[in-house]
Amino acid sequence: MKSKPLALKILDAVAVILLLVAAYLAIFVAPTERVMGDVQRVFYFHVGTAWVALIGFVFTACLSVIYLVTRNLKWDRIQVAAVEVSVVFFLITIILGSIWARPAWNTWWTWDPRLTTAAITELIYIAYFMLRQGIDDPDRRARFGAVYALIGGLSAPITFFAIRLFRTIHPVVIAGTNAEAEGTFSMTADMRSAFFFALFAFTVIFIDLFWNRIRLGETQDIVEQLKLKVTM
Amino acid sequence: MREDTMGAIMFFQEATPDTSGYMIAGYVITFVVLGLYVVSMILRNRNYQQDMSMLEEMEKESAKVQVNPVSKPAKKKAKPSPKKGRK
Repeated sequence: MKSKPLALKILDAVAVILLLVAAYLAIFVAPTERVMGDVQRVFYFHVGTAWVALIGFVFTACLSVIYLVTRNLKWDRIQVAAVEVSVVFFLITIILGSIWARPAWNTWWTWDPRLTTAAITELIYIAYFMLRQGIDDPDRRARFGAVYALIGGLSAPITFFAIRLFRTIHPVVIAGTNAEAEGTFSMTADMRSAFFFALFAFTVIFIDLFWNRIRLGETQDIVEQLKLKVTM
Repeated sequence: MREDTMGAIMFFQEATPDTSGYMIAGYVITFVVLGLYVVSMILRNRNYQQDMSMLEEMEKESAKVQVNPVSKPAKKKAKPSPKKGRK
C-alpha cells in the first residue's frame, strides 16, 4: 500500500480548518434570525451538506454510465466511494432538517414532498449497499450496482425540484421564485457570507473524504485479490 | 416554556424565541456523524492493512512450498548405539 500523498494530507488539514471556520461563521458571525432564533444557524450546514450530497448522487449516475461503457472496475470503485460519502452527507442533511423543523414547524417530521423525496433518496442509496452485499462476483456486482445507481440517480433531481414543483412548506432558498413555496427568507450580507462559505467548505470536505474513500477501496481490492491468490 | 407550543409562539411572537438548544444539538450531531465516518474509514483501513500483511505472508509460504515441493525435514543421523554384548 502506497503511503498517503502529500496533497491529500494537505487537503485533510484544509478540510478540518474549513469546517471549523464554517462553523465559526455560522454560529458567531451570521446574525440571529428574528423569527426562528438560533436554530436558523443549522441552515448553513443543512444546505451545505445537501448541496454536496445531491451533486454526489448525480455524479454517481454519471460514473454508472462510464462503468457500463468501459467495464473497468476502477469506475465501480470510484462510484462506491461517491455513494458512501454522499449517503453520510445526506444523512446529516436530513437530521439537521428535522432539528430545524421541530421549533419552526412544531414537529420533527412531516410527509411534505421535499422531506418524503429526501427520505426516499437516502433509502435508495442505503439499499444500494445491501444489493452489493448480496452479490459475490465482482463484475456482476459492479454491473448491477451501476444500473441501480443510474436509475437511483433520478431521485436526486426529483428531490431538488420537489419544492419548486409541488406545493410545500419547505423554504426555497436558491432561486426561489415559486409563490406557492412557503417560508422563503431573504439573507443579510453576513448570512450570505456564512452560507456561501459553508457551501465551499463542504465541497472541499466532500472531495477530501471522497479521495480517502477511493484509496480505501483500492486497498480493499488488493486484499480481495490476495485472498483469491492464496486460496487458489 | 413548553416545547409543544414553540411553533405557535413563533407565529404570534413579539420577541425572538430561544432555540439555541436545537442549534447546539444540530452542530454536535454534524460533528459526531462526520467524526464517526472518519473513524470508520481509519478502522477499515487498519483492518485491510493487517489482512494484507497476513495474506502476503501466506503467499510467501505457499511460494516456498511450490519451489521445493518434495523438501522434507532432514533426518537426523542416528547415533550408533552401543551394542550390548559386543566386545
